[in-house]
Amino acid sequence: MGFSHTLGGTTYRFGDLRTLLAKATPLRSGDVLAGLAAQDAAERVAARMALADLPLRHFLNEAVIPYESDEVTRLIVDQHDNAAFAAVASLTVGAFREWLLSDATDAAMLAAVSRGLTPEMVAAVCKIMRLQDLVTVSAKCEVVTRFRCTIGLPGTMSTRLQPNHPLDDPKGVAASILDGLMYGVGDATIGINPASDDADTMMRLLDMIETLRLASNAPIQSCVLAHVTTALKAIERRAPVDLVFQSLAGTEEANRGFGITLALLDEAYAAAESLGRYPAGGNVMYFETGQGSELSSSGHCGVDQQTLEARCYAVARRYRPLLVNTVVGFIGPEYLYDGKQIMRAGLEDHFCGKLLGLPMGCDVCYTNHAEADQDDMDALLTLLGVAGCTYIMGVPGADDIMLNYQSTSFHDALYVRKVLGKRAAPEFEAWLAATGISDARGELRFEPARLMPALPLLGAK
Amino acid sequence: MSGTDDKTLATSSSDDWTWLSRYTEARIALGRCGPGLPTSAHLAFQAAHAEARDAVLKPFDAEQFTAEIAARGWPALAVHSRATDRATYLQRPDEGRLLSSASEALLSEPRPPADIAIVVADGLSSRAVQVNALPVLEILLPLLAATGRRLSPVIVASQGRVALADHVGELFGASASIILIGERPGLSAADSLGLYLTWLPRRGRVDSERNCISNVRQGGLPPADAAKQAANLLARMFQHQAAGVSLARLPQLPPPEER
Repeated sequence: MGFSHTLGGTTYRFGDLRTLLAKATPLRSGDVLAGLAAQDAAERVAARMALADLPLRHFLNEAVIPYESDEVTRLIVDQHDNAAFAAVASLTVGAFREWLLSDATDAAMLAAVSRGLTPEMVAAVCKIMRLQDLVTVSAKCEVVTRFRCTIGLPGTMSTRLQPNHPLDDPKGVAASILDGLMYGVGDATIGINPASDDADTMMRLLDMIETLRLASNAPIQSCVLAHVTTALKAIERRAPVDLVFQSLAGTEEANRGFGITLALLDEAYAAAESLGRYPAGGNVMYFETGQGSELSSSGHCGVDQQTLEARCYAVARRYRPLLVNTVVGFIGPEYLYDGKQIMRAGLEDHFCGKLLGLPMGCDVCYTNHAEADQDDMDALLTLLGVAGCTYIMGVPGADDIMLNYQSTSFHDALYVRKVLGKRAAPEFEAWLAATGISDARGELRFEPARLMPALPLLGAK
Repeated sequence: MSGTDDKTLATSSSDDWTWLSRYTEARIALGRCGPGLPTSAHLAFQAAHAEARDAVLKPFDAEQFTAEIAARGWPALAVHSRATDRATYLQRPDEGRLLSSASEALLSEPRPPADIAIVVADGLSSRAVQVNALPVLEILLPLLAATGRRLSPVIVASQGRVALADHVGELFGASASIILIGERPGLSAADSLGLYLTWLPRRGRVDSERNCISNVRQGGLPPADAAKQAANLLARMFQHQAAGVSLARLPQLPPPEER
């Protein structure tokens, strides 16, 4: 079955849903590289018009990757909740956009419909929305998760403290953690990307943060972003693992490139829960995603990168994660070429994740070979703040000296909280005040004496 | 970067834990003015980014570099990938992995066969090549020549990716290839060179079939040390007829010709 639309006297034909979605997607380098992008601007809009006329029900009858050959498709189909879908079952994609934007559609209605939506439905409506549409709808979504801190409450914006070090030196990592804590950063997690992905390194870093946590009574949750199999080894060795991390892709083939299957994620989820380090009903998983990762591992199956990104969220939500973020500008200019493409993709990913019920954050970032700079990041950060982004990264001076890219800084977190009146998670705010890092009004004091309880970290090892 | 001149600025504050900087190169204890960075830290960041951007975008003068190699008595040829300009190169990695048709024709002319194909490419930092490629070659080429193996001319490529050496190696019928290529610049180093070695270089090889020596620069792995490591790795590759992950799994025997 195919689709067509006539625009300006030309009839455009699209062979299947996968093609229609790819042709409708805003221009980006990765879809051009994959040979999936629209030939010109008119074809792109014609595809959007055809997509707008498509009933949402159609998405339940046509998979972009066959059910038989892809376990992510099977997960999407098998977890679809028809009762939740009923609220929008009669709508086309175009009418769904209007329903989402309507003042009558509130946070409770968006949450109620979430399990009835497939990633492809959400990707489709995303392609016919402007940035302000994405911001409006995202800002209405409420997704709250909990470990030692409660993440995603209205009026809050959390931060992951990212204290990476090229040699995984615990003292070097500790120095960046202390700097970040003085800036009130770290309520989402203290999350370290290890240079060396092995259980010994992971345990050395987790033990250091656990020492800090117990000495300071901070309501922090730690994570070393090693491969899920490394976390399983560390859990076997009784390491203090709070969050189990994994990078996700939107196809079975690309997930195989990451060395994971759903069965392995099931195993990791069970292992993380078995530690019982979280409060009842809490969340123990942390996932990262990013447009282009499927193409980079040759596992895109002819599907555009934004639709594949939304499919990652179907995988993520199976595990009720504490945190999910896109690493939007990290994958490189062959997928998102410049500041404009990165900005659009960051807001798309945040929107799709939120609508699918995830605590969606964003690594607002770029590499040095992308056509982007700090001004582009400021614009995306501000838009995401307005959109109610769950959390951002906090990297010392925005310069990650291990991964060699630029993200958001401790200062950036201060900026966005200040101009938008956002606050940290309540447990974390209370701890900052109790230790004297902030004063009674919540203003940071920047007094180094407040670091004294943590100093053994730098001398002990 | 530590905001040392903050005291001259009434409106910004330093962070009184600059001593933590002894533990990490990360940009900590920068100071602040409101939520913003002090001007000195803000501009220091821009300077580092400017250096990285210039390293990515400044055109590589392949003709000049070829002449410098030839002046040292080593045959050299300048070639170009299929990526016609920098914007295409950045968005189409597939085009950077293949020789342009003119360059393919040039390398297809009758030439003596080679055991080892030697390639230099701009990659993501023309500066890395300008600064560090010659110091590597000056040590590496005599070491390789001393083994008696036949070397290709030094192929100097513009807009090249790592896999361009597969195409070059294929045309020479080489048993092994080595490519010296500019790595993606970070804020702290914009002149890192990477060395990638491949056994039986042919189009379609994947990264797990290569060995890599990275961060080659003064302040990182010095070029002379990198050249010796590369010569040793090549000796092991000829000994085991393999590279990449499969070579890493084999025992590290001392290559006889290096003793």
